[in-house]
Amino acid sequence: MSVGGAVAAGVPASHENLLLRLAVEHFLYEEAALLDNWRLDEWFALFTKDARYLVPTTDLPEGDPAHDMMFVDDDYERLKGRVNRLKSRYAHREYPSSRTRRLITNARLTRVDSDEVDVEASFAVYRSRNEMIAPYVGLYRYTLARGTGGTFLIRRRRAELDLERLTDHGAVSIIL
Amino acid sequence: MITPTQNNEYCLIAESTLVDLANLIVEDAAAGLFRVHRSAMTSAKIMELEQERIFGRSWLYVGHDSEVPEPGDYRRRTVGGRPLIFLRSRDQQIRVLINSCLHRGALVCRTDSGNANAFQCFYHGWSYDTTGKLIGVPDPDGYSNNFNKLEQFLVTPPNVDSYRGMYFVNFGYKVPSLANYLDDARELIDLTMDSAEPLGGWKVVRGTAKFRIRANWKLLAENSTDNYHFRTVHRTYSDYLTDRRERLGAAAPSVNRITNSQSLALNNGHVAMLTQSVGRTIANPSPVWSKEAAAETARLREQLATIYGEERGHQMSDISRFLIIFPNHAFHDTQSGFRMRQWWPLSPGEMEVNQWEFVPRREREDLAAYRLEGAVTFQGPGGFGTPDDIEALESCQVGFGAPEVEWSDISRGMQRLPRSDDELAARGFWRQWHALIQGLDGAKRTGDLAAPELSVHKMEVRA
Repeated sequence: MSVGGAVAAGVPASHENLLLRLAVEHFLYEEAALLDNWRLDEWFALFTKDARYLVPTTDLPEGDPAHDMMFVDDDYERLKGRVNRLKSRYAHREYPSSRTRRLITNARLTRVDSDEVDVEASFAVYRSRNEMIAPYVGLYRYTLARGTGGTFLIRRRRAELDLERLTDHGAVSIIL
Repeated sequence: MITPTQNNEYCLIAESTLVDLANLIVEDAAAGLFRVHRSAMTSAKIMELEQERIFGRSWLYVGHDSEVPEPGDYRRRTVGGRPLIFLRSRDQQIRVLINSCLHRGALVCRTDSGNANAFQCFYHGWSYDTTGKLIGVPDPDGYSNNFNKLEQFLVTPPNVDSYRGMYFVNFGYKVPSLANYLDDARELIDLTMDSAEPLGGWKVVRGTAKFRIRANWKLLAENSTDNYHFRTVHRTYSDYLTDRRERLGAAAPSVNRITNSQSLALNNGHVAMLTQSVGRTIANPSPVWSKEAAAETARLREQLATIYGEERGHQMSDISRFLIIFPNHAFHDTQSGFRMRQWWPLSPGEMEVNQWEFVPRREREDLAAYRLEGAVTFQGPGGFGTPDDIEALESCQVGFGAPEVEWSDISRGMQRLPRSDDELAARGFWRQWHALIQGLDGAKRTGDLAAPELSVHKMEVRA
């Protein structure tokens, strides 16, 4: 999976790759629908046990969690902790829950193997709460594990923000 | 209810209430009461005074020497509203230059960080070397001989000084030296700085948390040395830690970081809370860490006691230090890592925050991983802690929209030896703020009248 502004070449536009992209887009849209509807347990079930969910800081989209500070660096257990937290009425920043709307577009397959697919896609995630709407804009980089029958699980999910600073957002309190 | 004062030079209009500066804080030591008038958080007039009387004459943090390791390395910083270049010039000096061309004012440096041989203004092409000296003007024949003979330099702030690798500026005149300004806060700073010496000293890691909070800037000073809110605001974080500990079959920590803690009001408005805590890679392990990592922290703890003596060594290892360098700089050496955080008012109701994480240059890989894990889990906009702090501060600011509720209460712990869940630190900050905002040189006393004398570095380390 490439990171941090490095533009990976897309795969050739073969009939097979275009069909695969449709299946990947279908998966991303279903995932977004789960998040926008706060169906977090079902969303968490989309991850492999060795999954990683990453959000680099705004000044370092290429950040490497091994030695850089990130906004989010979740392995499977911490991601589970994040989901449990967001379901709690004591996660004050998200209680009552914000409303979110995810626009995902420009999906590009950058690697197609028999067992994995790398995907890049643009996102705009709008979060509304307390009379305020703040858009998170950036680039997703996914590594999806291919299952049978065109299904996928998420092995790597990285949300690189184009913002220079979190402004009205204050925090990254939702799943990006 | 306070009596409105008419015709006072500094009458402030907080919605319908008139308050004069002397009455912004009401303290009754005998009764154990301390209250702050909420117009301090909402008034544009007060914010104007803060710019002049607080930010205009306090030492303000710019950066750490590890951020500019090589000649030519630079970082752009905005401090007190001034665009600055923090750099190591080609002659190896760390300098602070004001990032404004002498010609017409444009920025001579327009990238956030990098390495430079010179800075050339893009507007008309004037160029400066890394000491700030003007070295080139396009078409100099257009200028007089006198002009061309002048030695000209980018302007530097009137006061630039450093302490233990931290660089500060002060835009005031006739200000105390940085060392005198920091005063007894240096004891706490030294403990943290010395503790990493065997590991090569501290360096800033890449990845700055840059965010805003829609609340008055002083609320973050209050929040940063306040353990009273921990149980209520950070319940989901505590629950996560408990779940994790139980999943890993580890014992609960034996120290209670609320009861074995102190709140401190130091000289010149610097304040702190100290808590005995586990999970410090220097050097008191968490029960969930590997045996090897625990053994390494035990070795470090012994090493620090050998180098610095048992008393200071154990303070370094076992005690977390949450220090605020007045007015707007957090120096937090904690159980979730060591970081600095600086914040600026954008308006009475909004602040901008920058946060930098520090690591020892030569920390063993497993401990470095525990350190970053601790930091990212709690801290910053994506952690399990900070978002709820932000929510609390923003919630207070919304509440301040009702001027009928005039006062905030900061009285907790006025009549006992103050712990970290008391509010002595907040009172210390407010007392200094109150003195400065009235145009005084500083508070005569930042501590409580009834408080016993506390020794900064001699907190009892319990087994």
